[in-house]
Amino acid sequence: MTRSLGAYVHVPFCSVRCGYCDFNTYTSDELGEGATRASYAVTVEREVDLAREALGDERPFETVFFGGGTPTQLPAADLVRVLRALRDRVGLAPGAEVTTEANPDSVTPASLAALREGGFTRISFGVQSAVPHVLRVLDRTHDPLRVPDAVRWAREAGFEQVSVDLIYGTPGESVDDWRRTLEHAVSLEPDHISAYALIVEQGTALARRVARGEVPAPDDDDLADKYVLADEAFEAAGLSWYELSNWARDEAAQCRHNVLYWRSDDWWGFGPGAHSHVAGRRWWNVKHPAAYAQRLDAGLSPEKDHELVDDDTRTLERVLLESRLRTGLDLTVVPDDHRERVADLRDRGLVDVHGERLVLTRDGRLLADAVVRELV
Amino acid sequence: MGDIMSASSAPQVPQPGSTDPAVLRNFCIIAHIDHGKSTLADRMLQITGVVDERAARAQYLDRMDIERERGITIKSQAVRMPFTKSSGDDTGTNYVLNMIDTPGHVDFTYEVSRSLEACEGAILLVDAAQGIEAQTLANLYLAMEADLHIIPVLNKIDLPGAQPEKYAEEIAGIIGGDPDEVLRVSAKTGEGVEALLNAIVEQVPPPVGDPDAPARALIFDSVYDTYRGVVTYVRVVDGKLSHRDKIKMMSTNAVHEMLEVGVISPEPVKSPDLGVGEVGYLITGVKEVRQSRVGDTVTSNAKPAKEPLGGYKTPNPMVFSGLYPIDGDDFATLREALDKLQLNDAALVYEPESSGALGFGFRIGFLGLLHLEIIRERLEREFNLDLIATAPNVVYRLEMEDGREITVTNPSEYPNDGKIAKVFEPITRATILTPTDYIGTIMELCQSRRGQLLGMDYLSEDRVEIKYTLPMGEIMFDFFDALKSRTKGYASLDYEPTGEQAADLVKVDILLQGEVVDAFSAIVHRDSAYAYGVALAGKLKELIPRQQFEVPIQAAIGARIIARENIKAIRKDVLAKCYGGDISRKRKLLEKQKEGKKRMKMVGRVEVPQEAFIAALSTGDATPK
Repeated sequence: MTRSLGAYVHVPFCSVRCGYCDFNTYTSDELGEGATRASYAVTVEREVDLAREALGDERPFETVFFGGGTPTQLPAADLVRVLRALRDRVGLAPGAEVTTEANPDSVTPASLAALREGGFTRISFGVQSAVPHVLRVLDRTHDPLRVPDAVRWAREAGFEQVSVDLIYGTPGESVDDWRRTLEHAVSLEPDHISAYALIVEQGTALARRVARGEVPAPDDDDLADKYVLADEAFEAAGLSWYELSNWARDEAAQCRHNVLYWRSDDWWGFGPGAHSHVAGRRWWNVKHPAAYAQRLDAGLSPEKDHELVDDDTRTLERVLLESRLRTGLDLTVVPDDHRERVADLRDRGLVDVHGERLVLTRDGRLLADAVVRELV
Repeated sequence: MGDIMSASSAPQVPQPGSTDPAVLRNFCIIAHIDHGKSTLADRMLQITGVVDERAARAQYLDRMDIERERGITIKSQAVRMPFTKSSGDDTGTNYVLNMIDTPGHVDFTYEVSRSLEACEGAILLVDAAQGIEAQTLANLYLAMEADLHIIPVLNKIDLPGAQPEKYAEEIAGIIGGDPDEVLRVSAKTGEGVEALLNAIVEQVPPPVGDPDAPARALIFDSVYDTYRGVVTYVRVVDGKLSHRDKIKMMSTNAVHEMLEVGVISPEPVKSPDLGVGEVGYLITGVKEVRQSRVGDTVTSNAKPAKEPLGGYKTPNPMVFSGLYPIDGDDFATLREALDKLQLNDAALVYEPESSGALGFGFRIGFLGLLHLEIIRERLEREFNLDLIATAPNVVYRLEMEDGREITVTNPSEYPNDGKIAKVFEPITRATILTPTDYIGTIMELCQSRRGQLLGMDYLSEDRVEIKYTLPMGEIMFDFFDALKSRTKGYASLDYEPTGEQAADLVKVDILLQGEVVDAFSAIVHRDSAYAYGVALAGKLKELIPRQQFEVPIQAAIGARIIARENIKAIRKDVLAKCYGGDISRKRKLLEKQKEGKKRMKMVGRVEVPQEAFIAALSTGDATPK
């Protein structure tokens, strides 16, 4: 079986640390010595060299995704430089999807044009909310009024796919606030929308604020209501779900890189803390940008640790991941002794069975983890 | 300390079996948890040369892990220590000290009283920074009733917070005598311990018995050992126990071969006999401690004594709780585990029972709440069982209208049909020692638990002893916690069962989805039934996670619903986020979720977490104030 190969490039820089974020990212104050934005592209190039040694040049990347952090904190030229390294040393497949995440306030018409020219095909804007008081709780600094401009510039620059990211369930966000955000998002006429429920992750500033009682913890019923509102609004606007938290105008607008994760294809994660999965082996890099740079400067692999995915784990992962896709889960993946649960799940309205595939209903999507627990 | 070590290994140390009672001193140490009994015992073992410093394991006498972790002594033991007098007229004379370790907790009062019977003297050990505690006081009274000579000792005098003058006065006030006679030691540094050993020899009377009478020995402890069977600890009162004898247990007339006699010093040492006043062990090949019960009298089968030593009784369980394996397949393992624990615990009683909600398990009788906790913890730890414990309850005696009498050890068996003429509940006499600042709050707490004030005695200007009659059922749940939290931890509690009283009690049932869940039934006073029902239903609503369907919770007395709550169906159970290709993290979350589910018990279709069954314990605040 041939798997697709993707590349993830982690850019661990942000102008401010958002209170809810537990991703591996650093403001300039937090970064410390030994890792600078200026030298970052050069450092990642060294890891690309390692990938070339491991992967050869027979199998080009079909998708590339720059995430973070805020990739657009780096000059467009640096992002293009890394992309060029990937293309020149490992290879890019014809028609490859090349995405970068971006903050609406960290792009200009010129930077977007430079990215497009340099080979980026897709851009995903971290919009999160259209409501100022919600953005404040999230510590997002951008002006929501600037978002339509950013989207327009991206279109003008020639990006094939424009996506927006939304977050629902922020403390203090009313149902009407969320409706406003949905209307705003739909009015941008994006090709793709991701909408994620806010998770209060341990160790974040937001978790501390919740613990101190300054803001309420997200409420599951509220999150469920908002998911249903989103699904209805997007479907009405012609965007269909293809993964639990992702909607696209048509099949071509689906984020192929995202789907690659859910299908357990192969990908190489570049950058500090990035996770990779190639041929049944998962590994992850050292977390701090300085440690990452030191390893590569010394000619060493930045790998921190790895695991081998055995058959049982693979089964569990496939049920966990593939059930989230609208294409569904191949029923033969479900372990024999759990297959009987499927009829019950269908009776309870949580799944549909199309031929040999199990697909979550809307209620089922909201209870996806419970469904998965019953299937493995 | 070196000269003492060499002195104690001087020749002509009296040997077991041929020790003149005149050089024997049998004593125990009465102390509260944390007041340093084990440290003092260790220090004595070192000074007498029985254990050298390097070999000294912290808290040598406490064997079981749980004991060491909780810093409490469950099983008592006895150590024989040769000691050469190092002060006074008889300096240089060899003595033998038998230190008998006693359990410190209220649940084991009977065992304490038997250990005391084996001694002539007791060290009253009190933390010089804290003063005497209620349990210590209770044990002290037991010792005084048993006519033991009391040597008062303040420990931890090296602590910066120590107030030896103040507490010496307090102790002198309780036992009589002069505050200056209270010895001061630091078990930690060893200061004053040698003087204490000399004082034991000088003050504790030697044992008195008739060497020519038929043998009589008191069993004060009985321990199961995997390799040796039951090891029985005895104190010989009259005559002699020889390793060639056959012995007889006087309560049952059962006769056993004697396989071995000896003393502990600190490892078992065989000896040909044990004579008058001596303390040691015997091994008979018996496999269960029930066949060699604490308090029983051992005599020689060939030449039996006519009268047993007094005071033997079978300990009655005071507290009952249902223990159920979360996984029904573990029932057999639970049975085997209980059988094994019973080998070493004559007070543990159990019988199989079945619960509509929990399946098959056991109703287990305990001496008290600590006993319950220890057993439960040992079952989970040593036998790897996941257990649900139902809320503990006391034993009720019911007189029915038709003249029948029923004993209820499980609330779910409490009859609902109203044909009950009278209900009797066990009551206790509780003693609370507290700084005077908290008298008001303590009285308020005791009133809310249906207590009746018996009296108050000032131990000193700022410490008082308060006595209450309290229903045992009212102090089982969280009384001690409530007492501690209302007095910032300063008050201490002791209680002893004193009989029963008629009471207006009702059974409160809990229904999940309209079905009574027997494991949640509780018997409470009529006046607090409503508040109890509301509180427990509310508590369960918090503790039972939302299910994929709605779960109504009701509290009821008979057919009358007194409280209701509703657990709404869960609508969201999914993590929407993808952690940038970090699939391992997502998988681990799922595995954690599945692990959490394993700790749930299916009651009908409802998943109920383990803690919910014990939740009734912490609803004490529902009691009307």
